Amino acid sequence: MKIVIIGNGMVSYKFCEKIIAKAPAGTLEIVIFGEEPRPAYDRVHLSEFFSGKTADDLLMAPASWYTDNHIRLHLGDPVQQIDRVHKTVHSYKDITETYDYLIIATGSSAFVPPIPGVDKKGVFIYRTIEDLELMRDYAPKATRGVVIGGGLLGLEAAKALLDLGLSDTHVIEFAPRLMPRQIDDNGSRMLQHKLESLGLHIHTNKNTAAILGEDTISALQFADDSILEADMLVISAGIKPRDELARLSGLETGHRGGILVNEQLQTTDPSIYAIGECALYNGMIYGLVAPGYEMAEVAASHILGDQKAFTGFDMSTKLKLIGVDVASFGDPFAPADTCRSIVFEDTMKGTYQRINISGDGKLLLGGILIGDADAYNMLLQTTKNKIILPPNPEDLLLGARGGNTETGAGVMGLPDDALICSCESVSKGAICTAVEAGNETLGDIKKCTKAGTCCGGCVPMVKDLISGTMKAQGKYIRNVICEHFTYSRQELFDLIHIKEIRSFDDALDHYGQGDGCEICKPVVASIMASLWNDMILEKGNDTVQDSNDRYLANIQKGGTYSVVPRIPGGEITPEKLLVIAQVGLKYNLYTKITGGQRIDLFGAHLSDLPAIWEELINAGFESGHAYGKALRTVKSCVGSTWCRFGLHDSVSFAIRIEERYRGLRAPHKIKSAVSGCIRECAEAQSKDFGIIATEKGWNLYVGGNGGSKPQHAILLASDLDSDTCISYIDRFLMFYIKTADPLTRTATWLNKLDGGITYLRNVIVNDSLGIAEQLEAEMQALVDKYKCEWKEVVENPELRKRFNHFVNAPGAKDPTVKFNPLREQKQAAEWK
Amino acid sequence: MEITTSKPSTMNWFYACKVTDVPANGGVCVKYGEEQIALFRFARRDSWYATQNLCPHKQQMALSRGMTGTQEGEPKIACPFHKKTFSLSDGRCLSDETECGITTYPVRIEEDHVYIGVHAG
Ligand code: SRM
Ligand SMILES: Cc1cc2nc3c(=O)[nH]c(=O)nc-3n(C[C@H](O)[C@H](O)[C@H](O)COP(=O)(O)OP(=O)(O)OC[C@H]3O[C@@H](n4cnc5c(N)ncnc54)[C@H](O)[C@@H]3O)c2cc1C
Ligand code: SF4
Ligand code: FES
Repeated sequence: MKIVIIGNGMVSYKFCEKIIAKAPAGTLEIVIFGEEPRPAYDRVHLSEFFSGKTADDLLMAPASWYTDNHIRLHLGDPVQQIDRVHKTVHSYKDITETYDYLIIATGSSAFVPPIPGVDKKGVFIYRTIEDLELMRDYAPKATRGVVIGGGLLGLEAAKALLDLGLSDTHVIEFAPRLMPRQIDDNGSRMLQHKLESLGLHIHTNKNTAAILGEDTISALQFADDSILEADMLVISAGIKPRDELARLSGLETGHRGGILVNEQLQTTDPSIYAIGECALYNGMIYGLVAPGYEMAEVAASHILGDQKAFTGFDMSTKLKLIGVDVASFGDPFAPADTCRSIVFEDTMKGTYQRINISGDGKLLLGGILIGDADAYNMLLQTTKNKIILPPNPEDLLLGARGGNTETGAGVMGLPDDALICSCESVSKGAICTAVEAGNETLGDIKKCTKAGTCCGGCVPMVKDLISGTMKAQGKYIRNVICEHFTYSRQELFDLIHIKEIRSFDDALDHYGQGDGCEICKPVVASIMASLWNDMILEKGNDTVQDSNDRYLANIQKGGTYSVVPRIPGGEITPEKLLVIAQVGLKYNLYTKITGGQRIDLFGAHLSDLPAIWEELINAGFESGHAYGKALRTVKSCVGSTWCRFGLHDSVSFAIRIEERYRGLRAPHKIKSAVSGCIRECAEAQSKDFGIIATEKGWNLYVGGNGGSKPQHAILLASDLDSDTCISYIDRFLMFYIKTADPLTRTATWLNKLDGGITYLRNVIVNDSLGIAEQLEAEMQALVDKYKCEWKEVVENPELRKRFNHFVNAPGAKDPTVKFNPLREQKQAAEWK
Repeated sequence: MEITTSKPSTMNWFYACKVTDVPANGGVCVKYGEEQIALFRFARRDSWYATQNLCPHKQQMALSRGMTGTQEGEPKIACPFHKKTFSLSDGRCLSDETECGITTYPVRIEEDHVYIGVHAG
């Protein structure tokens, strides 16, 4: 049997993969014509081309895959004619091939609206690697970028422009809102707000009338006569199915485009199939890859005599747009007369969540998630599998906080035929069976089931299924550190404690194997620092410190370092400010006030660090541990000493706290703040532990986080006196240090803690484990051992020697370090 | 793949530093004319390695400040910037197949002295 395929895109490739797997060896002859110069590549991840992936990285399979499978691949050679009578196709390079079955998988092209001026230089579309290469070459000349189209692809193109360095990027949408096809008004508003806060300029209700400029674009003119200047334009106003060849050969096409197909993907000629984005099924073009793959499966099966049917496809999507989660599933817009909607909108966090529930309250029909789509997979499965809802359906959205919902249990409750990976159509049953057969890592599951290999959206669920299945088999799931230590951090912490291990080599000899690596070395170093608080650069342990700890400074672009002296509570005398100024001038450092109420001096050469610190230490400064997984800053507001609302002296308390925990090393960095009243000017509720003054004392909050997943801290105890507050913090921090996984902030740790805040409160406040006294004593021992590590380096010639760029030319600076002027200071040279 | 073979006759051994100048299980950067070479001492296995100091990922002179380790027995170095790891035996990037590899150099220890071999000419 001879099959000819027109087009070598994602769906064409998937069709080959499927039919080869199904057909008996040696029974097929396959010929592919592709218009593009390279074999099929992953268009879904096209944008990664701008974040460093090469065209080769994106290939679905290397060219050798086709030869290995005896497929003849003609690239850069589009088919120009189909002769249905003689069953042949004829190509641009004059090749004629006969076929028994013909597969049209020509995909689609970008729809370019007929606006005058679209042919000017600087106007691009966003579909192929060549399009991206053209954009990449053009971008350095441009400063303002514009995208026409505020849909999925348009926003992705806007991200690409940002990645290309066009910080002034605008999106033009004809409709009154973004992504009109996937999300509702309120969701769009939230999305727009979030994207604008990230620096994107969005114009809705704008109809582009003309593209202005000589032969190069200079501006866009709109129907309302307003004008927007532009150096570069990407048009992303929708897709147009590539049906021209089919139409030419007399196959029926829809009047708005697309090749008409039946449930078996046959066109009006039964020996010709159309699959992927060029196919029109039931009045619908499916512009996503998963339905295309399903079509490939059905067509391949049908050709081999198996009766499968394509009956439409779920268009649920989840994606990250410029770092903002957006998801839409089931019926996102279900009207109010047939269903009830539950909506949560948090304008502070910028999240919008809507779920639509059937009139009888039993079933989930669909919904929209903006800003936080963690619940997507579970909600989608609940919708698809018609799972009966709990009595309070809002728990579906709110359940996560507090630790009483065990992750994984939810996924395990799904029926076996629940589709987990929709791209590769892998069911829950298939994954669990594979786990039971011994494939116990994500990599193994990807290899043997293909789940999670395409868009990656199901990976969190696959992971939960792996651990869920292993638990059900009675297997203990060990969260091991790496190949050198098959223990969890908590286990290793206890072992190192009991055996009083003080060097990495000892730890390795007793509990590990091999020589260690960049994962386990910093973990062991951090555990030892949290237990013993010895000088971290002591012989033997110096080279196991994470790279910033090893040089007691953060490394920067170009290889210089930053210097951050501690300024407890943000309070500093004019005399000390003068010292910082002098040091900055003398060593030519860029100075900046940080977000943590202190001053960072950037651009120091490695060999200058000891001299810089010597001057600072002589003036009474000490290390700020900006480089360590350690206490960073305790921010404070000015408090009752000056502020008319202040209830207590927040600055003095912040300084007391910062000086108590300075240098304390932990699984991740720790931040704190003290506010003098409920107006909260120090932002204490965004910290790992935060304190707010009340009429009667202090409220203590824990588990807050800024960063990419911000989270407010939760109240642990109220109206405490200062000493009690400190003893609770002692207990809290020590308990965290002893039990958290590596590189886990307190917020994530608390989210995962069984029993959540209720349990934590019992341990810390009610001493339910009877360990409070011990935790306090352990903390006191660390506090008593504190020394400024920079002072120790400055005073120790052996340690100072380590701060040289060249071992054989001490003092010589790295000649490759380059700076560029920036305002009245300097900046690191951009990396190449 | 391009395979190059070295002609031992043209190897130039230059003196880098003393054994004790290099921290155990860590690295230092050696100046060789205008070039920078990273030198590593695997004290646990009593072996030495040298590579270019430039990390090919973002062209940073940084590998000597990286962290040494092994992956299934193969010695490697992790760049301090983005933790890409490179084999110390053949220089290929272990954490990212698409990343360029690095040049490696032979190391010879004579008593307390460390010599690094570079091709002459
Ligand atoms: C200097 C500073 C930015 C500034 O110019 O203001 C800064 C700079 C860096 N931050 Fe930050 N962060 C700075 C305040 C913050 C804040 C705001 C705050 O503390 O009030 C946050 C959000 C609050 C929080 O942490 O919860 C913040 C969240 C992060 C994160 C994300 C943490 C997370 O939990 O998601 C990282 C990455 C990490 O730690 O893994 C990070 C990492 C970094 C690193 C260390 C990245 C690196 O490894 O090179 C930056 C290097 C600084 C250097 O070379 O000295 N920085 N960083 C601020 C120093 C504060 C200080 O005085 O110590
Ligand atoms: C930037 C971008 C991001 C995307 N993100 C997502 C996403 O996150 N999730 C998702 O599900 N989908 C996404 N998509 C859509 C997805 O890429 C498509 O659904 C998928 O590629 C369709 O596959 P296809 O094989 O039908 O078409 P294509 O991949 O377009 O392949 C068709 C091929 O046929 C060739 N061809 C056309 N005519 C001829 C001819 N006459 N002779 C020979 N060859 C011909 C074309 O040149 C092309 O190479 C994205 C698309 C883009 C552009
Ligand atoms: S947010 Fe922090 S980590 Fe990111 S660039 Fe700014 S300083 Fe660096
Ligand atoms: S510069 Fe070395 S890993 Fe990025």
